[in-house]
Amino acid sequence: MTLLSVENLTVAFPGRRGTVNAIENVSLSISPGEILGMVGESGAGKSMTGAAIIGLIEPPGRIAEGRILLDGQRIDTLRPEEMRRIRGRQIGAIFQDPLTSLNPVLTVGEQLIETIQTHLKLSHSEARERAIDWLRRVGIPAPEARIDTYPHQYSGGMRQRVVIALALCAEPRLVIADEPTTALDVSVQAQIIALLRRLARETGVAVILVTHDMGVIAETADRVAVMYAGRIVEIGQVADVLKNPRHPYTSGLMASIPRIGPRPEVLPQIEGAMPRPGNRPEGCAFAPRCPHPVERCTRVRPALEGTATASVACHLTEEVPA
Amino acid sequence: MLGFLIRRIIQSVFVMLAVALIAFMMFRFMGDPVNSMVAENATTEERDAVRARLGLDQPLWMQYGRFVGRAAQGDFGLSWRNARPVSTLLAERFPATAELVLVAAGLSLLLGIPLGILTALRPNSFSAQTLQFLSLIGISLPTFVTGILLILVFSVWLGWLPSFGRGEVVDIGWWSTGFLTLSGLKALVLPSVMLCLFQLTLIMRLVRAEMMEVLRTDYIKFARARGLPSRSINFRHALRNTLIPVITIFGLQLGGLIAFAIITETVFQWPGMGALFIQAVSFGDVPVMAAYLVLVSLIFVVINTTVDLLYAVLDPRLRVDSPRGAH
Ligand SMILES: Nc1ncnc2c1ncn2[C@@H]1O[C@H](COP(=O)(O)OP(=O)(O)OP(=O)(O)O)[C@@H](O)[C@H]1O
Ligand SMILES: [Mg+2]
Repeated sequence: MTLLSVENLTVAFPGRRGTVNAIENVSLSISPGEILGMVGESGAGKSMTGAAIIGLIEPPGRIAEGRILLDGQRIDTLRPEEMRRIRGRQIGAIFQDPLTSLNPVLTVGEQLIETIQTHLKLSHSEARERAIDWLRRVGIPAPEARIDTYPHQYSGGMRQRVVIALALCAEPRLVIADEPTTALDVSVQAQIIALLRRLARETGVAVILVTHDMGVIAETADRVAVMYAGRIVEIGQVADVLKNPRHPYTSGLMASIPRIGPRPEVLPQIEGAMPRPGNRPEGCAFAPRCPHPVERCTRVRPALEGTATASVACHLTEEVPA
Repeated sequence: MLGFLIRRIIQSVFVMLAVALIAFMMFRFMGDPVNSMVAENATTEERDAVRARLGLDQPLWMQYGRFVGRAAQGDFGLSWRNARPVSTLLAERFPATAELVLVAAGLSLLLGIPLGILTALRPNSFSAQTLQFLSLIGISLPTFVTGILLILVFSVWLGWLPSFGRGEVVDIGWWSTGFLTLSGLKALVLPSVMLCLFQLTLIMRLVRAEMMEVLRTDYIKFARARGLPSRSINFRHALRNTLIPVITIFGLQLGGLIAFAIITETVFQWPGMGALFIQAVSFGDVPVMAAYLVLVSLIFVVINTTVDLLYAVLDPRLRVDSPRGAH
């Protein structure tokens, strides 16, 4: 059973020198309760995929091709008002920076209660009860008192907990967590990930977890999708992909896992930089950096092929199917 | 909050003392006032007598102290022009200026904020583009030119509205108001439009810029991602954050309105304090000029303090005494 499936999705931005595709032919699916990790270097298109799913691509960007299905129903063609009802209620989102994700002039309670009442038919006092309950669930101490305080009275980690409560308080079935811990202290990151994992188990919400941390993927995700230059280059069970990466880019990623400290912008083990949209070569976008390219790589763009559980887009793997 | 208020009041007292010093020095720069108060052929003894009566023989700092003491009680002495108490003159003129500035300020807010929001929410619509263009004219045209144009169109050609004066006024205690008669209200229209125009366009452009900025913030994106209705996003989440900086500028500009009122009052022969000040300048009537300076500064200081307090009410981050939670 599939909760959400993205089919052949391309997001295009008209620019001065023609349209560029921020993401191209992205396909993925996620089942209820599943945690899908998403990795790839900066600019690969992870956030754009999330924005497309939640229907918040910034104009002039638009979905040029493909479709998005929730419970088998197309949601990419819904009218704005219909899509608004899905946001928060069916699909939630958690952004990177908890310091800027909360409205500074409204109390935490006001923001929670409004979100709850937008989607659920509850009285103000019922919504408030529920808001307090959510604050407790995400680990805010003394939620009855903290609910009436403002975001600036919380620390960064506590704010990200509030953000998580806000994203989950209308009980969506899928939540897209876009680098939810990148802006936090290392010591807090593990707590937030553990919280997300626990809530996912408790509520049965499916999670698309965007992160640069392979360790987090290994511990948390069921499956992982690797993105490169706007495309998914490999997707499969976490254990398989981590132990047995089939795409040379994934192998490079594995080799360059920083054990500690901030992630480097350019991965040291892979020479060169990822091509920007509009600047991508005709063949495989990874070919210029690939350690062992064949002649076909620079000519023909490899398609994502494989079974339902494991796919890869690479000419090298075609001859030797896994 | 109380500590903040006390700090602000102490600061304000120092500002006012400095202003009073400038006002006090104006008397010095205008030459020896005794010359203009005694006969051409007065003897030195007569001059000294006048000097002593006015207290001008005392050391400067004592004279300044006395000036401040009197000013604090609203006593600025007599006008050199018609020998009436300066405080009475100002009190007569104050309501005219206050009503004009009040209406102009109200208009600029009541029109500027909605127009700013409109142009921010639909930046590419025809009406928004037209408004942006018109506001450019409003901001670049000198106010006296707009005043004269207004008179030309609405008084001379159409004959709808009076071109000068306050119309009939009704006295309520010492306050004379133009709000209660039709002619008083009609007389207010053109001057207040002229006075508010610059302010209005400024507020509109400011609200627009701030609002567009706020609509790009993460917390607005997150509010959208939670499926909140756009009405709430625009007016509950975005507008309040927009208005915080707008209020500061508005407060500063309110002082500017009082200053600009001098021009409007001159163009429309409006019997306010600004017109009184212009007369005082042309006659070298130092007590009136000094009193005007002190009074306008006082209004500036009061407005600024109010704005700072309002800021704290609107922006929870600035409520210094609010309890901070554990970190
Ligand atoms: N408004 C826009 N107009 C044009 N191109 C855009 C726009 N926003 C994003 N892009 C392009 O889309 C591509 C994907 O960006 P995206 O933000 O999804 O990357 P990401 O994988 O989330 O990277 P990061 O790890 O830095 O968050 C980038 O190459 C970027 O240049
Ligand atoms: Mg991103």
